[in-house]
Amino acid sequence: MATMREIKRRKSSIQSTQQITKAMKVVSSAKLQKAKYKAESTKAYFNYMYETVSSMLAKSGTIDHPYLKAGQSEKKAVIAITSNRGLAGGYNSNIVKLITGGDFKKEDVSVYTIGRKGREGLTAKGYEIAGDYSDAIEAPLYQDAVDVGQAVLDRFAAGEIGEIYLAYTVFKNTVVHIPKLIKLLPVEIEIGEGAEKAVDDKVLMNYEPSEEEALDAIIPKYIYSLIYGAMNEAVASENGARMQAMDNATSNAEAMIDSLSLLYNRARQSSITQELTEIIAGADAVG
Amino acid sequence: MADMFKVKVITPDRVFYEGDVSMVELKTTEGDIGVYRNHIPLTCIIAPGVLNLYEADGVKKAALHTGFVEILQEEVTILAEVAEWPEEIDRNRAEEARIRAERRLSGKGREGSIDVARAELALNKALLRLKLSQK
Repeated sequence: MATMREIKRRKSSIQSTQQITKAMKVVSSAKLQKAKYKAESTKAYFNYMYETVSSMLAKSGTIDHPYLKAGQSEKKAVIAITSNRGLAGGYNSNIVKLITGGDFKKEDVSVYTIGRKGREGLTAKGYEIAGDYSDAIEAPLYQDAVDVGQAVLDRFAAGEIGEIYLAYTVFKNTVVHIPKLIKLLPVEIEIGEGAEKAVDDKVLMNYEPSEEEALDAIIPKYIYSLIYGAMNEAVASENGARMQAMDNATSNAEAMIDSLSLLYNRARQSSITQELTEIIAGADAVG
Repeated sequence: MADMFKVKVITPDRVFYEGDVSMVELKTTEGDIGVYRNHIPLTCIIAPGVLNLYEADGVKKAALHTGFVEILQEEVTILAEVAEWPEEIDRNRAEEARIRAERRLSGKGREGSIDVARAELALNKALLRLKLSQK
């Protein structure tokens, strides 16, 4: 049986860890509120963008545009959004797993990482990191999304890559976050909703300047808005995941402290009993 | 008063404006346009310019930078990457940006056509901000 001093030391070390996890939980729940608000306010822009682009594509029918066809190249670009900090449960490793476990061939993928943890995980697995924008995840700006988007679109336009994917964590609610991989280019929009809307409108959309030029201008904005929306959702998910992880850690620490207290009390009691027996035995011997 | 219709201006960070107006004026890449109710469906690309919203009780002005506008008969949706009310514009910053852009345009490094185009766009944005915040 461990001595009283050892148990006491262990207990106090767990107690201070618990204090840290408790504080981290409070911090991330405060951050979560902010991030949730921001993610929600960016949703309006994204939803309209999505609606417009899908109704545009549904109405324009078979339009021949480079953004709507897969490129010749086998190469694929993946934009991976993770966090700069760990201690958020499976948040970061889920995104890494999503990319390594998917049906991508390692040689064909070049990764653009937003978030240091994702970069570290993917570099360790031997993926090619084409660009890193980790600073952006601390406080995503629209301009950051434009920078990332521009970098991949330039390579797409140059024919270096054939497809663009985006891996991020969807923020469903405070406790449910789903890692998700979506295809950015060539644009794939479920015709269902858009087509219905197009039939409802029963009008032909006019474009000024031409349809091609309009698509040229709008599709990149659509991509940027997707990336921006994903960044904001990822930040909310990160804080949600960390809050949960820290909550678990705090209650685990609580349980450990409880069982250690029990051990400690038992040890204390047995040492008292032992001392008493010794004293009585001593007194008997003298008497 | 002419018929009113709905206008929404949405930027990546917020719903910038939502309301009923009788007319909107804005600048597209093809030139300035004014839109009344029952306009034909039209999608155009926005060039940096002033957005005028003719509300029932007056005209509201805002600076609109890049983006595009979707015009339907009953509704106009403007998706702008940047939109600002005059009072939000930082004059000093705009002034600085104007000087920077002009310097870049008159400077020697004029090889890349992209850089020139970018500087011109920056200059246009700066001039627009200055113009709007003067009023």
